Amino acid sequence: MEPFVRITAIAAPLDRPDVDSDMLIPQRFLRRPLADGYRNFLFYNDRFDANGKEKPDFVLNREPYRRARILVTGANFGCGSAREGAVYAVVDFGIRAVIAPGFGPFYAGNSYQNGLLPVVLPDECVRELREQLHAAPGAEVTIDLPSQTVTGPDGRQYRFDIEPSRKERLLAGLDDIAVTERYAAELDAFERRHDAEMPWLAHLDFGK
Amino acid sequence: METPKTMFEKIWSRHVVAQRDDGETLLYVDRNFVHEGPFYAFDGLRRDGRRIRRPLKQIAVSDHYLPTVGRKSGIAGIADPDIRTMIERLAVNAREFGVPFIGIDDPRQGIMHVVGPELALAQPGMIITGADSHTTTNGAFGALAFGIGASEVKHVLATQALWQRNPRTLRVTVDGALPKGVTAKDVILAIIAKIGVRGGSGHIIEYAGSTIRAMTMEQRMTICNMSIEAGAKAGMIAPDETTYAYLEGRDHAPRGDLWNKALAVWRTLPSEAGARFDKEVALSARDIVPMVTWGTTPEDALPVTEKVPDPSSAATADERAHIERALRYMDLTPGLPLVEVRVDRVFIGSCTNARIEDLRAAAAVVKGKRITVPAFISPGSTAVKRRAEAEGLDRVFLAAGFEWRDSACSMCVGANGDFAAPGERCASTSPRNFENRQGRGVRTHVMSPPMAAAAALTGKLTDVRTLS
Ligand code: SF4
Repeated sequence: MEPFVRITAIAAPLDRPDVDSDMLIPQRFLRRPLADGYRNFLFYNDRFDANGKEKPDFVLNREPYRRARILVTGANFGCGSAREGAVYAVVDFGIRAVIAPGFGPFYAGNSYQNGLLPVVLPDECVRELREQLHAAPGAEVTIDLPSQTVTGPDGRQYRFDIEPSRKERLLAGLDDIAVTERYAAELDAFERRHDAEMPWLAHLDFGK
Repeated sequence: METPKTMFEKIWSRHVVAQRDDGETLLYVDRNFVHEGPFYAFDGLRRDGRRIRRPLKQIAVSDHYLPTVGRKSGIAGIADPDIRTMIERLAVNAREFGVPFIGIDDPRQGIMHVVGPELALAQPGMIITGADSHTTTNGAFGALAFGIGASEVKHVLATQALWQRNPRTLRVTVDGALPKGVTAKDVILAIIAKIGVRGGSGHIIEYAGSTIRAMTMEQRMTICNMSIEAGAKAGMIAPDETTYAYLEGRDHAPRGDLWNKALAVWRTLPSEAGARFDKEVALSARDIVPMVTWGTTPEDALPVTEKVPDPSSAATADERAHIERALRYMDLTPGLPLVEVRVDRVFIGSCTNARIEDLRAAAAVVKGKRITVPAFISPGSTAVKRRAEAEGLDRVFLAAGFEWRDSACSMCVGANGDFAAPGERCASTSPRNFENRQGRGVRTHVMSPPMAAAAALTGKLTDVRTLS
């Protein structure tokens, strides 16, 4: 996983709340091997018409946003299904961070596992950022993870919260399994006790 | 005196493996469900050279990609190579990693959230994860059950545990008897319409109250299933005699002495009187009317007796923008009575509403009548299908003009290629009405099985209570 420390990049404004997982990547692409690249599946129905031709008006199809590495959007981004493809497509497009007033139940969790930084800022701040980006297309935003700050095009800084463990893992590019392995002894002990307490759950006796 | 505990707290605390100072908890997972989708997790294990810690705590079910017609020739009969590969890949992964597997020709096959409860793989007090957001269905048994992404699936496969932060709790209390024609689907749509698609955000919902207590397990599953549509991590309902009666004797329910031991634990689970929830919401069942969605999120639900909303009456600019966009996509004009909205097809299926009671309710509406728009039924599981056939429901549906298909996720999400035609308007018993979910430009109206059956008869959104 690529570590996340600090980026300064073009940010694309996407003015809508409740961007759902089906919108981020339609189900039919989720059968493709990850190695093929998910870049072109991102926002497929918004980016391409029925003949597969690009729709010129969609924000990520326009210059300079084709090169955006930050997305600034509305509340509840990534709501809907648990599909991690909705993160793979964003990451493959080149986006390293999404700034929103909030995320759907799975999105932030899935993002952390793939080196994508979900930044939650208050609604007014996100709105302000989007307005600035509309006013000056191609303006850059800086996100600095060590200091937990977003710096807008006008130089204003916004502080964001992130759980210390998430931050540590992102900075180091570590996934959760590597961390959990440090708890092997606790896990073994717990498992023995739990299996003894609720023996009917110990194994699935599946026959066949 | 100890502070009274919620059911959620009791289940959570039984599963804590380790805790970090920063508030993250390593939680043990009792059962994990996978379908064809999260193949990335198995690929990842293989890449890292890892094995599954407890293969017999997993279960793999083929559901998203299975066709609903022409299943006689098994996997070989699937024409689309991409779809066939997805189905084969799950079988290969299950075999290679030693995971119990239910495939295309297994009599237990069905949508995993329907199959789990049928086989008693979901039981009170468990923590259950699944590679799908509607894993919340299992919360109906008094379990903490939630969906996870593919990386988290990989983590559960490798460690049988998951890092989580303590969520908040929301109790939704519904009291009173349900009026005639009103189903569990209407109750959950009414709840979501009230609290919104972000209303449950960061919360575990416990559904309580006399309406919920009077519900069958199948109705409770419909309620918990759609918790995710309110943005909640999970939904749960305290186990009671209804729960135990449902579980007893099923394939994987504990037996004999173990059954008694399990019962003793299960009875300690319900939230104690005076337990504190972070948020409380109450609804009166008496006020609930059959619901339909008019827009593109599940909170865009209204009583079928209402009209298409007018953006100019929205309370905020954001709400106005949402209504405008939704109406544009749905091709609806403000003020149009919902019962005047024509539909092109009807889908009865999905893990929300394709269990036997749902099919019985739909059959009761169409019995002896003819439908006027194309419609098909994909039962929630192969077992549901067999049971319905034993009861003669298939003949009722076929005589009315429905197609009677095999069990899969089907037109809920279209992974198997079951899409509506571009731009069509579909009355659907599935949980989600997102843009393009049922096919490109397809306009989905979510509703209960009897309401969908009524729409199939009239070719319009219809108040099932007005049909004679
Ligand atoms: S039926 Fe629909 S909601 Fe249920 S598991 Fe399948 S795709 Fe998901």
